[in-house]
Amino acid sequence: MSRPIIKPYMMPRTMQEIPFGATFESGHLVEGNAGWRTFKPEVDQEKCTLCLTCYLVCPDGVIFKKGDQLCIDYDFCKGCGICAHECKFDAIKMVKEEI
Amino acid sequence: MSAAEQHVFVSGDEAVAMGVRLARPDVISAYPITPQTVVVERLSEYVEDGSLHCQFMHVESEHSAMSAAMGVSATGARAFTATSSQGLLHMCEGLHYASGSRFPIVMMNANRATAAPWNIYGDQRDSLSMLDCGWIQVYVEDAQEACDMMIQGYRVAEDPAVLTPFMINLDGFVLTHTYELVSLPSQEEVDEFLPPLETENKMDPLSPKSLCITIGPGLDQEIKYQQHQAMMQAEEVIERVDREFGDRFGRYYGGMLEAYQCEDAEFILVATGTTVGTARTVVDALRSEGVSAGVLKLRYLRPFPVKQLGEYARKANVIGVLDRDISFGMEGTIFTNVNSALSRCGSALETMNFIGGLGGRDISKQDLTDIFQKMQDQATGKKQPHVQFFGMECETNE
Amino acid sequence: MSKNLSNKEYFYGHKACPGCGGSLAVRLALKALGDNTLTVLPANCMSAVSFIYPQMAFTGNAMISPFASTASMLSGVAAGAKARGMEDYHVIGFAGDGGTADIGLQALSGAIDRNDPVIYVCYDNEAYMNTGIQKSGLTPVGATTTTSPAGKNESGEIRPKKSMFEIVAAHNIEYAATCSVGYPRDYIKKIEKASRVKGATYIHVYAPCPTGWGHPTDQTIALAKEAVDCGLWYLAEYEKGDFKLNKRPKKFADVGGHLKKQARFRHLSDREIQDIEQHRDARWETMTSKWN
Repeated sequence: MSRPIIKPYMMPRTMQEIPFGATFESGHLVEGNAGWRTFKPEVDQEKCTLCLTCYLVCPDGVIFKKGDQLCIDYDFCKGCGICAHECKFDAIKMVKEEI
Repeated sequence: MSAAEQHVFVSGDEAVAMGVRLARPDVISAYPITPQTVVVERLSEYVEDGSLHCQFMHVESEHSAMSAAMGVSATGARAFTATSSQGLLHMCEGLHYASGSRFPIVMMNANRATAAPWNIYGDQRDSLSMLDCGWIQVYVEDAQEACDMMIQGYRVAEDPAVLTPFMINLDGFVLTHTYELVSLPSQEEVDEFLPPLETENKMDPLSPKSLCITIGPGLDQEIKYQQHQAMMQAEEVIERVDREFGDRFGRYYGGMLEAYQCEDAEFILVATGTTVGTARTVVDALRSEGVSAGVLKLRYLRPFPVKQLGEYARKANVIGVLDRDISFGMEGTIFTNVNSALSRCGSALETMNFIGGLGGRDISKQDLTDIFQKMQDQATGKKQPHVQFFGMECETNE
Repeated sequence: MSKNLSNKEYFYGHKACPGCGGSLAVRLALKALGDNTLTVLPANCMSAVSFIYPQMAFTGNAMISPFASTASMLSGVAAGAKARGMEDYHVIGFAGDGGTADIGLQALSGAIDRNDPVIYVCYDNEAYMNTGIQKSGLTPVGATTTTSPAGKNESGEIRPKKSMFEIVAAHNIEYAATCSVGYPRDYIKKIEKASRVKGATYIHVYAPCPTGWGHPTDQTIALAKEAVDCGLWYLAEYEKGDFKLNKRPKKFADVGGHLKKQARFRHLSDREIQDIEQHRDARWETMTSKWN
């Protein structure tokens, strides 16, 4: 299953390049939200049972299962900490972001 | 019903309904308001009896009527709605929204005075106060033109170079509720003239879109420039569509405007809507008395026929502009537009504004004859105010 | 976990605050409905954070409606999709509490009256959050907002929440439900149920706002659950004329403790908290006696 990706985008320089009216292509991402984080979730794969509660309750949908690993899209994680708080197995810890 | 052209004796509102039926809208969303009600009543009858295959949505306000029409248009389907005065004002937010979104919605507006005080009769304050919201606006003179413009309207609005919503204005009661003979084209002929709507600007499962998005200071001005360009491009499309309509159905309306006896006229009256019919009679009478009079029927106010107006102004002496509205504290809106057009064409012509027919007050032949007299007086040095009310029932202090 | 939940993301890369309850409501509903969903949102947080050119966070077809007319634009989209012969699609709208109970109420009433096949979701964060936390018709008694500030003379909002659930039920809507992001599986199930109705449906989902309510970003789900557990919110359904409470707590969790976790309630006196408890008791008295 393909995950959302950031596409490079050049702002229009000519009238021919600007969007038509107020319409644009859906699912178009030009930047991530990583810069918002103060804390970052880190997964202890040993403790994780892949119950996917964290995946369910992430407001940004950045948690996903890949094979038998729990993965986080750090380009888009805002570090809200809901995943760590809701995990019943203590498998996610919020760690201070390194600058 | 696919008969050859038939003749019917109908009111302006009924002619609109018949024109809309021929244009095959997909969804009609409408809220009743005098004097538009007959339009939506007839349309609901046509949907009921099956002569119009269309969804009829009973919305709970005019704001919702326009919002629903936008939702319809956003899926690439053909939308129609109709309103008048208070309703037009109530959907004002939606008017800007629809034009900015470039939805080719067609709407009939029954020109009616705006409250307060309450008045259900005809004047043009409602649509003229909406000239800036990005809609193409045409003003029709009779029921035949009203019917025909419902069909032309979709052709113009849906043209890829235009994709701008389209408003057709009928004088309240004077046109909406009076009866005349109308030739109805056949459905087959209309289908050939007006194909189904094709547009990329829509929700598409294969190519999903985000519509009515947010654009900040970085690009909004360019989007508005684009919108302005499209409106100006509409002038060429309007002319082309009207000519094609004329070739096919035998009725060409002159495109942006129609001039009557203006080629050599010294005194030209600029007017819109039903008043033009009265004005032509007055012009004939004056001509027979040797007065060099003419009437210029402004059909489209947006886009505005700047160059054409400038052309007709060249040989004239005085231009009088009849406004069934008043921008309080200033002048009539059509006068403002005419003056600007003339100035941009380098014309130094004398212009006069005649405000009247407000709140449904009748405009008589005598009123127009008096107006032409005032224009002649102006030319012979009997100076008067540039902006004056006519047909007053009470003495003013001026 | 719902087996039908698509593993695609339909609402991604948006600029909502970290821990936003509303964004979770949008995300889960769209995953429940899957591909080919046509979405309408009015001016609100969810649209403000997801249509900022050139960043478009909705992957499906979506549009912003004027503030007052989410429901009528939904009706138009549904009618247009039908006219275009579209197949296998859902039409869903996400409006906030202000966009539903205040400015959007008229249009919602019309859409339900027409029974247009649309799912209307009200995500309730109990104030006009997008414009800076001003009070709405669904702001609860005692909450401080920027237009109902708690100070020397007043203690925040004085009017109770409008009962949107009962308002839509009074329209004889075929299906309506109240939910909470604190009970996400229940919410998803109700969205799926609504999607099977061939008419108008209404889902009211309680969605905490860390920014507006003044709580840590990781508490959103816990608070949304606790609100239900202490009876300040409830999980119920209205289906074909019958009200049904999905959850009847035998013992309510502590209201005072719940409220004090949110800065918007921290000014409340013990007496005021007692009043809130009493009103909660009165509401539950009515609900349990009249509903199934």
